[in-house]
Amino acid sequence: MQAVSELFRKNIRQYGMIIALIFITALFQILTGGILLKPLNITNLILQNSYILVLAIGMVLVIITGHIDLSVGSIAAFIGALAAIMMVELQLPTFLAIIISLVIGGLIGAWQGFWVAYVKIPAFIVTLAGMLLFRGLTMIVLGGQSIAPFPKSFQRISSGFIPDWFGGGSLHTLTILLGLALSLLLIWQEWRERRTQLKYQFEVAPIWVFVTKLVLLVAVINIFTFVLATYNGLPNILIILFFLIVIYSFVMNRMVAGRHIYALGGNEKAAKLSGVKTNKVTFWVFVNMGALAALSGLIFAARLNSATPKAGTNFELDAIAACFIGGASASGGIGTVIGAIIGGLVMGVMNNGMSLIGLGVDWQQGIKGLVLLLAVAFDIYNKSKTS
Amino acid sequence: MSNTILEMRGITKTFPGVKALSHVNLKVASGEIHALCGENGAGKSTLMKVLSGVYPHGSYEGEILFEGKVCEFKDIKESEQLGIVIIHQELALIPYLSIAENLFLGNEQSKHGLIDWNETTVKTKSLLKRVGLNESPATRVLELGVGKQQLVEIAKALAKQVKLLILDEPTAALNENDSENLLELILELKKQGITSIIISHKLNEISKVADSITILRDGRTIQTLDTKADQVTEDHIIKGMVGRDLTHRYPERVPRIGEVIFEVRGWEATHPQQDERKVLDNIHLNIRRGEIVGIAGLMGAGRTELAMSLFGRSYGRHIKGQLFLHGKEVRFHDISQAIQHGVAYVTEDRKQYGLVLIDDIKRNISLASLKKLSRRGVINEREEVLVAEEYRSKLNIKTPSILQKTVNLSGGNQQKVVLSKWIYAQPEILILDEPTRGIDVGAKYEIYSIVNQLADEGKGILFISSELPEILGMCDRIYVMSEGRITGEVKREDATQEVLMKSMTRGRG
Repeated sequence: MQAVSELFRKNIRQYGMIIALIFITALFQILTGGILLKPLNITNLILQNSYILVLAIGMVLVIITGHIDLSVGSIAAFIGALAAIMMVELQLPTFLAIIISLVIGGLIGAWQGFWVAYVKIPAFIVTLAGMLLFRGLTMIVLGGQSIAPFPKSFQRISSGFIPDWFGGGSLHTLTILLGLALSLLLIWQEWRERRTQLKYQFEVAPIWVFVTKLVLLVAVINIFTFVLATYNGLPNILIILFFLIVIYSFVMNRMVAGRHIYALGGNEKAAKLSGVKTNKVTFWVFVNMGALAALSGLIFAARLNSATPKAGTNFELDAIAACFIGGASASGGIGTVIGAIIGGLVMGVMNNGMSLIGLGVDWQQGIKGLVLLLAVAFDIYNKSKTS
Repeated sequence: MSNTILEMRGITKTFPGVKALSHVNLKVASGEIHALCGENGAGKSTLMKVLSGVYPHGSYEGEILFEGKVCEFKDIKESEQLGIVIIHQELALIPYLSIAENLFLGNEQSKHGLIDWNETTVKTKSLLKRVGLNESPATRVLELGVGKQQLVEIAKALAKQVKLLILDEPTAALNENDSENLLELILELKKQGITSIIISHKLNEISKVADSITILRDGRTIQTLDTKADQVTEDHIIKGMVGRDLTHRYPERVPRIGEVIFEVRGWEATHPQQDERKVLDNIHLNIRRGEIVGIAGLMGAGRTELAMSLFGRSYGRHIKGQLFLHGKEVRFHDISQAIQHGVAYVTEDRKQYGLVLIDDIKRNISLASLKKLSRRGVINEREEVLVAEEYRSKLNIKTPSILQKTVNLSGGNQQKVVLSKWIYAQPEILILDEPTRGIDVGAKYEIYSIVNQLADEGKGILFISSELPEILGMCDRIYVMSEGRITGEVKREDATQEVLMKSMTRGRG
């Protein structure tokens, strides 16, 4: 028992937000009388939050470098508007329009990255300007009106589900199979990792912890896919999100580029004197943010099935809040992609749960604000205790 | 003189897991200068924090008597009220405020909540006079050099009616001139009846000014020496600090010097903001294989600027001149090119420029060599761990784990991490900028041994230091810089402190 509490104490910071997420989910599951975790609602939850989660992935990189990006909501709106013009008015093929949109997003990121990285204007100011600039441009290109509807092929990004090749009655078989496949992959990967760690005589968790952790993870994955399978199966957007999370986590944890981003955020001068091209890294982090903001704008437009001048309002604040709830540090150098996602989910579950129990937007805003503050306070309290 | 102003009895302070102080006794006579010596981690700063109330009464055992009365300080304010003022190593001045505003910060001269500027200015002027600082009270602190800022700190202490002044490493960041001035000032204050406790690694300074010396080791009082009664030598103090005889402060080495591997010709650079100001002018120097080449100079002579401009143009503008590696001309446009060509630079300030403090030892060691550790951008983490473990044992980095964050290491161990980083980058030329600053005597010896070993492996080393004995003890050949130019080149055999000092103070004249 002591070993368990020891383990818990050691990992409270790492798993603190996961525990909070579970707690909040359980709370609203009870408060909503079980509606929260109904298959339909889980699907809705994913669709509702996908564009914020995409933004949060880019944002956490920006925050790790010690900057901030206030313009992502406006960029998302602007790209949504351009996509609408390309697809609805110019009748460009969906795929081509998406590619062009992402490239423009990257170029907008490059524009902001240039001012931040090379002219050394604080990102707060550059992106505040960007927030106004791109909101203005959105209104100009849309002429103050909404454009709709998008082609079916484009809408499917946000409202489509993966096809069921096996066509198995009420259950979506492919979804369940994907869940099982992912479980096997996970077990194999973890086991291989543990074996090499043992081979190099690194410290590893006791075997029962390892097994318990795997069993829990596998259970969560399969229950999740099973529940979704009883409805329409896995949403397309979830597949996109999954790949983004895996790829960005890999880049940040295992690749030189990620290491450079962390080092730059931790101590820019030391990183520079160790040969990290700090300006270039900052620049590309903003380019990346621009491209992801564009993707977010596309997802949102596809979900709404229209491009509106007001799209993306306050997205930047939700994305930033997600990062901080997920343990990122405002002074840079600290934060994880998975943390930002969990932070985003905490916000998402709260939004959804509070709407379900009929709380007004006024109350929702206030409560979300308090949760952000408490989450960060909790994090800082933990840090001061462990150091 | 013999009446005691301060007595600390049986002070014991424990942090979770460590006993930082164990039954420490300290007795300071009124009107004396009392030096506190010990290696880093010996407990000097902790003891002073107990004294000044940073660690409040109740968090330690033992008692403090100040002017015969038992004191139980709850915070710094209370100790300051009695006239105990501590000046920390990192100065606590606000750069954007004026000298006058800084002097009376938290102690504003006010009437009914309104600041009385006339009073403030008048008092500031008289305080500045007492510390011998000839500046206007309205000057912003950021316009002052470190030496003058130190004086402002002392003036600030005087403004608080200081009786017992505690200086933590006051000369660590100062050049010889400023150090000299500061020590003079402390002696002057002594005449005015102010008692000082001075913490310092610089033993020559201590033997110059101190009336008595208390030596701490591993959180215990080892001995208190009276510099008048006892014959106190530097070796004596060192022996007390490290608990062993350091017969050689610099490890023996028989230099095996080869051909010239690095050469600088006609190097010049201007100040990054002021185009017309030449910081480096017409510099010629060379380094041979297996040679330790020293650069001596006063602060502001341009040593760090030279090192950084050579290291991928990381300092200065309008850089002109030629660099030769193995006789072939090379050009570094940025730092990563310099590293690729085998040049490494260990910075002067390891906390600000050397380490990512929030990262662990492993990541700091690998940071400059990620290219070597990765394939197609993916880092081989197992290899990385093995490398870190290798350097941890090779350089004797004292840490429970390579996953320890570098912020938690002592100065000496931090420096070993920085050295590991650069040794792993496998440079041919290693520029060391004040490699032993703020490091205790024992760790210094280890660093010297590492440097010697690198030279023996055939690397060329450029050794920048403000401590002349260190330069004399370590280097095979010494360049002296003054006002951005090389003003002398001295062989080891011919070098003495006097010879070097003469070139160091040679102006452009």
